[in-house]
Amino acid sequence: MRMPAPDAEVIARKDEIVERLRAKLGEEAVISDAAELKAYECDGLAAYRQPPLAVCLPSTTEEVAEALKICRAMGVPVVPRGSGTSLAGGAMPTADSVILGVARLNEILEKDYENRVVRVQTGVTNLSVTGAVQEEGFFYAPDPSSQLACAIAGNIAMNSGGAHCLKYGVTTNNLLGVRMVTMDGEIVDIGGPFMDEGGLDVLGLICGSEGQLGVVTEAWLRILRSPEGAKPIMFGFETSEIAGACVADIIKEGVLPVALEFMDGPAIQACENFAKAGYPTNAGALLIVEVEGSDGEIDEQLEKIKAVAMRHDPISVRESGSAAEAAKIWAGRKGAFGAMGQIDDYICLDGTIPVGELPNVLRRISELSKQYGLDVANIFHAGDGNMHPLILYNANKPGDLEKCEAFGADILKLSVEVGGCLTGEHGVGVEKRELMHAQFNREDLQQQMAVKDVFDPLWLLNPAKVFPIDMLEERAAAAKAA
Amino acid sequence: MTASDVFAAPQSEAECAEVIKEAAASATKLEITGGGSRSGFGHAVADAKRLSTKGFSGISLYEPNALTIVAGAGTPVREIEVALAAENQQLPFEPSDLRALYGTKGAEPTIGGVVATGASGPRRIQAGACRDSLIGVRFVNGKGEAIKSGGRVMKNVTGYDLVKLSSGAHGTLGVLTEVAFKVLPRPEKVATLRLSTLGEDAAVRAMSMALGSPYDVTGAAHFPAGLDGEPTTMIRLEGFANSVDYRAEKLRTELRDLADVDIDIDSDPERCAASWKRVRDAEAFEGRPGAVWRVTVKPTDGPKLVSALREKIKTDGVFYDWGGGLVWVLTPEVDDAGATAIRTETNQLGGKATLVRASEDTRRRIAVFHPEPAVLARMSAGLRQVFDPAGVLNSGRMTLAA
Repeated sequence: MRMPAPDAEVIARKDEIVERLRAKLGEEAVISDAAELKAYECDGLAAYRQPPLAVCLPSTTEEVAEALKICRAMGVPVVPRGSGTSLAGGAMPTADSVILGVARLNEILEKDYENRVVRVQTGVTNLSVTGAVQEEGFFYAPDPSSQLACAIAGNIAMNSGGAHCLKYGVTTNNLLGVRMVTMDGEIVDIGGPFMDEGGLDVLGLICGSEGQLGVVTEAWLRILRSPEGAKPIMFGFETSEIAGACVADIIKEGVLPVALEFMDGPAIQACENFAKAGYPTNAGALLIVEVEGSDGEIDEQLEKIKAVAMRHDPISVRESGSAAEAAKIWAGRKGAFGAMGQIDDYICLDGTIPVGELPNVLRRISELSKQYGLDVANIFHAGDGNMHPLILYNANKPGDLEKCEAFGADILKLSVEVGGCLTGEHGVGVEKRELMHAQFNREDLQQQMAVKDVFDPLWLLNPAKVFPIDMLEERAAAAKAA
Repeated sequence: MTASDVFAAPQSEAECAEVIKEAAASATKLEITGGGSRSGFGHAVADAKRLSTKGFSGISLYEPNALTIVAGAGTPVREIEVALAAENQQLPFEPSDLRALYGTKGAEPTIGGVVATGASGPRRIQAGACRDSLIGVRFVNGKGEAIKSGGRVMKNVTGYDLVKLSSGAHGTLGVLTEVAFKVLPRPEKVATLRLSTLGEDAAVRAMSMALGSPYDVTGAAHFPAGLDGEPTTMIRLEGFANSVDYRAEKLRTELRDLADVDIDIDSDPERCAASWKRVRDAEAFEGRPGAVWRVTVKPTDGPKLVSALREKIKTDGVFYDWGGGLVWVLTPEVDDAGATAIRTETNQLGGKATLVRASEDTRRRIAVFHPEPAVLARMSAGLRQVFDPAGVLNSGRMTLAA
């Protein structure tokens, strides 16, 4: 993958940059040793690696502002980093950049149950937010698979989703306010512990802007009271087409499950081998449907769902009679990525398609799989159309990664072609940067780039992400000429 | 407005782009209008010619199984609601109809107007605001370029979220031509718990309890003086019939432990619909003169705001939505219509106060939208500049002329 040429002048001034950062943030808050920098050379997209110039780990919003002021003054690119779990290379460094990590900003600052909000520093992990409020029966709804490790900072940057967003929405729908530091080092509060309205929705713009508009150090998050209970049911169907039709009918029935997960044959096989969850390995597709409420409410919803499913002749039905059995049903799905990792290396895609296109898209993916000679397993948040095809490849085999990426690009282009998009919850990062041309025309992209100009006119924040490299270079050349 | 007032009514996005390109080149200011039912919202757009969005009309895609609808911005809201109802679905955010409030009863509200003003009703507390249901937009910016953001799928993080930015931008960033929404099933049953005689603090406590319960409350409003002149608190539950009955009883029991008052469970569909429409459309202020304010604060701060205001200014009416987090205030339209007091108190508590209705003269003197802190104001101005460099789209609608 091509990255823009690093700024040699910046690299030459490394010692001075580090010294100035240390003077403001303290000796141990800045990492410059080559061996230590290796820990920051990549994020969850481990195929690409590049150690940064330095790493700084501020402990307060004010320190973040100081660090940004120094970098702004010296023209140093800054890569904000939460926990580094991005699957899209959203926190991938460039050789001339300073990583600004929020890991030390890790406090839950306020818990307000009456108003159903919490204020947190953004270095806290997603799961720890729920952990902090669950003793009072509350939870934080967005639940990306990496929730044990991923930071709220990254969730806000990528507008993360999860398995339960059909009912509860994604990060942006659960974010009430942020404290953000601009590239100029100015601190601004946008929104707060109230339902914001009036004025341009800058908060809505910040969420999902991949760390390119500012560094978010604190967040007001909406918390919700946990339901009385939840229960999954699992159906095996002969083919993906039948399972897809069943999903459509469940939604038509007016039932809104909290989760509606789909796995195809290869995914079922791999998960069963790995988790021994009792999945029907003779099925061409499997649905896990979860509903919430009191026992009575759960039973009523499950009856409706079962009645719909029965019309599609499932080859197996498994209702969980106990918490242990419910956990077992989920174990296979939650272990899916691990299961794939046991078989081979893989890349995980994240396009979204209109749900009605599912059978068509699965058929095309299977044709592409034959064409490329690479296996693929499909896991899918079926209620909202967010697909996760996992393409298997062998990292040690020369050319396999490139082939795998070309296959992935074809699937994402297909997602766009049928009316969907490149990424439903992972973000564009460096991974899907070039594919942006498939979804947007130049004017669309230029409008987005003009938005960045407003917040970061020198384009120092999280460089080489989101926009195609030809447009980045064009812009840089124009700026230089001006 | 009569048809002859309309300067341009483009029938296609391309035509719209041409009109705006010319307007930008000749520095002709345009006032964007849909049905005109909310034209009294925001500052008057001075010396402008009217561009109507009525030509972008009709539902272009509706997939009930995918919970998705796409329509032209000029499509009447009514048309969308009828189409959704036929499939037992609805717009989640319960868009308001403010014709009675603005005295624009003859106008036909359009979906573009709903989006441009970010009109969200009582269900916002549970299902999110207009911007949360909006999943895609097409618009023409002030340079005459057709731009798209989002799409027709509900999970989409591809590129910057210009969709959110479009909602509530009052046409200052672009002329919306097409909007896409995530929709939800209509509930089988609705029930309203009515609590009588609660004071404002106690009412907010009761609403907080209900909203913090596992019973999935979809509306929580309080009238210090309801239709009969007595305080009324309303809590709404929606869903399958048995489930609504179950949750209503559970909630009534738990609320009684908190406040020893009469709690009536009303599940008459028409009465429930009328009650919540009264909240949604601010019917309590209909036909009454004065300035109408919408103030958002932390729910428990709602009563604090109101009691501080009552000490400082005359208020002609107050009611609470969003569990106390949205306070509607009616003030006499004299002097600054209460602006200084309302904004000072709101700033102290943390929140925003919007002057939803006032005479044009008042709106010439008082900022309709809550003044933003300097850094944020600079961001907003910068955004308007890059979407509409010539300042031809609804110029000055959101900002008080200096």
